[in-house]
Amino acid sequence: MLNSLDKDIIRKLQEDLPLVKEPYRKLAEDLGISEEKLMERLEDFKKQGILKRVGAVLRHRKVGYKANAMVVWDIPREKVDQAAKVMITYPMLSHCYEREKTEEWPYNMYTMIHCESTEECKEIISDIMNQIGKYDYTILYSTDELKKTSVKYFTETN
Amino acid sequence: MNDTSAKLLDILQNDFPVESRPFLTISRELGITEEEVLNLVGTLKKEGYIRRMGAVFNSKKLGYKGTLCAMKVPREQIREVSETVNAFTEITHNYLRTHEFNMWFTITAASPDRIKEIIREIKEETGIEKIVQLNSLKSFKLKVQFDVGGISHAK
Repeated sequence: MLNSLDKDIIRKLQEDLPLVKEPYRKLAEDLGISEEKLMERLEDFKKQGILKRVGAVLRHRKVGYKANAMVVWDIPREKVDQAAKVMITYPMLSHCYEREKTEEWPYNMYTMIHCESTEECKEIISDIMNQIGKYDYTILYSTDELKKTSVKYFTETN
Repeated sequence: MNDTSAKLLDILQNDFPVESRPFLTISRELGITEEEVLNLVGTLKKEGYIRRMGAVFNSKKLGYKGTLCAMKVPREQIREVSETVNAFTEITHNYLRTHEFNMWFTITAASPDRIKEIIREIKEETGIEKIVQLNSLKSFKLKVQFDVGGISHAK
């Protein structure tokens, strides 16, 4: 279980890291703890899988990926694991999920593919299908990013 | 963007050190000074390449629940609906996509009840009756880091 210091640390660490030589010392000072204590908690968070990483989150459009496609597939449940094994080998494919189908939405597999062009996305899709077989799929390109932020944990409203 | 910037972005995304002088460690890898690394990070943030520098947590491990939602929003209502949707801090991503279901957003909230409440409020406020909720069954890959060094930069 997380104690109140842990929650304070998580709240603090979801803000922007100070751009100073000793950023963790600065954060620790703000939290009223030693840098060593902070490091120890971070290592522990990592071990528990609570902390995935510390680092930069980029704006992927800005770094050159102009065609960002969500490709959804209708793949029988018993074939999902096998298909995923192939899909995740593509470095341009960032997310691969299985989700519940609904009446209105007959697709269960979701892949996010980031390319420099729509042609490149289509090539990746046909390449994948050459290996896993043909299934129904739909490509949804993102046309507008209306919101992209990070989750704020342990805030008043959340 | 030059090679040093691209390489720096790759390092910052993938293995930003959890140690006392992280920028010093990075500077040695890049063959520039610690001050130069700090300045460059500041510049890349200002120019918008870096959205945020900080910790990324595993929401599930923190007890949070997530879901993906899709809705059909008439063109003339997009602005108004996106204002309603984006106002929720629990909604972190919202995209327009090329489909009849054109608005796609993710909710990460402290409980399934809170997710239900958010969906109900969006329906009430926008008058759009159908929001498809697509719950995750299994995650095979989640890599939010992008290979910057590997992409050709024309400018």
